[in-house]
Amino acid sequence: MKFAIQVNEGPYQHQATDSAYQFTKAALEAGHEIMRVFFYHDGVNNGTNLTTPPQDDRNIVNRWSELAKKHDLDLVVCVAAAQRRGIVDEGEMQRNGKSAENIADGFRISGLGQLIEAGIQSERLVVFGD
Amino acid sequence: MATLHTVNKSPFEKSSLESCLAHAKDGSAVLLYEDGIYGAVKGTSIADKVTAMGGVKFYVLGPDLKARGISEDKLLDGVEVADYAKFVDLAATNDKVQAWV
Amino acid sequence: MSEQIKKFMYVNRRAPYGTIYAWESLEVVLIGAAFDQDVHLAFLDDGVYQLVKGQDTSGVDMKNFSPTYQALGDYDVTKLFVEKESLEERGLSIDDLMPLTYEDEDDDWAEKDSITVVSRAELADIMDEQDVLFSF
Repeated sequence: MKFAIQVNEGPYQHQATDSAYQFTKAALEAGHEIMRVFFYHDGVNNGTNLTTPPQDDRNIVNRWSELAKKHDLDLVVCVAAAQRRGIVDEGEMQRNGKSAENIADGFRISGLGQLIEAGIQSERLVVFGD
Repeated sequence: MATLHTVNKSPFEKSSLESCLAHAKDGSAVLLYEDGIYGAVKGTSIADKVTAMGGVKFYVLGPDLKARGISEDKLLDGVEVADYAKFVDLAATNDKVQAWV
Repeated sequence: MSEQIKKFMYVNRRAPYGTIYAWESLEVVLIGAAFDQDVHLAFLDDGVYQLVKGQDTSGVDMKNFSPTYQALGDYDVTKLFVEKESLEERGLSIDDLMPLTYEDEDDDWAEKDSITVVSRAELADIMDEQDVLFSF
């Protein structure tokens, strides 16, 4: 089965991103395809490389980056939602005159069209939110 | 079409479970996970509404039950405990997934 | 843009302004319009509040995005379903909502209502027919 995942909430505040991660991992282990994980609303905050969570708890951002690397996942952060919340890549930094970029490894910033496309091309869309 | 409905919020915090039950058709499945697991517990104010849904199959995510210290003997009859692998399987075998957030 | 046409439903269950979900979901609808899918919008629970007319955000200094609903018709997004029970539970009727319309090019550009008020049971049937549901 070809899955698309939508994550609507940021790290730690809600369990949504944890559930999405566990689902994604289980799907991959069962041999399914994860076409894209699209981060929207506060979900874009999963894509910042500036978090320093306590050592005795899971590192949500790194966990996504590692899973993406291991399985060649497409982690997409919505550009409009990212601009509102301060998730910035090199291109956005230049375009909007920001002092730094903070996009985490394995994530890329792109448009809402990527979510629509995921809805069209996947066989199942699973949404994790609050 | 058979839908997998997912509910992740407590029925005592939000109306999401209630709304899900009001729209879920016979032959569909409902997975309660995260704080939604509280909707699977016996003796609550929403238990009757859940058990009245004769044509719907209910699942509760085991890891979320355990995390919250809710033992399986507290669950309503007929609610099946699922793990993440089963969650994936339910999403694949049903025709689509509808999230009641 | 794509050969495959799916029945898309955008599910709106939250009020506007208190959270961003209503506005950001509308942004998805607008972008999605370019992909020529069979689009349906559902407004139920507090989502019916998004369509209430006369929104004036000057006192809260937030962008009033309600005019965007008026533009949906121009984007060929013409199937807006509002749940009757959700309206009634909130003391509202169709008269409290913005009169959203579109011009039907298959009917000599006649102006038609985009909003259809449906019962909970009817909405459940419409949801059951969809291929993909987006929740916000």
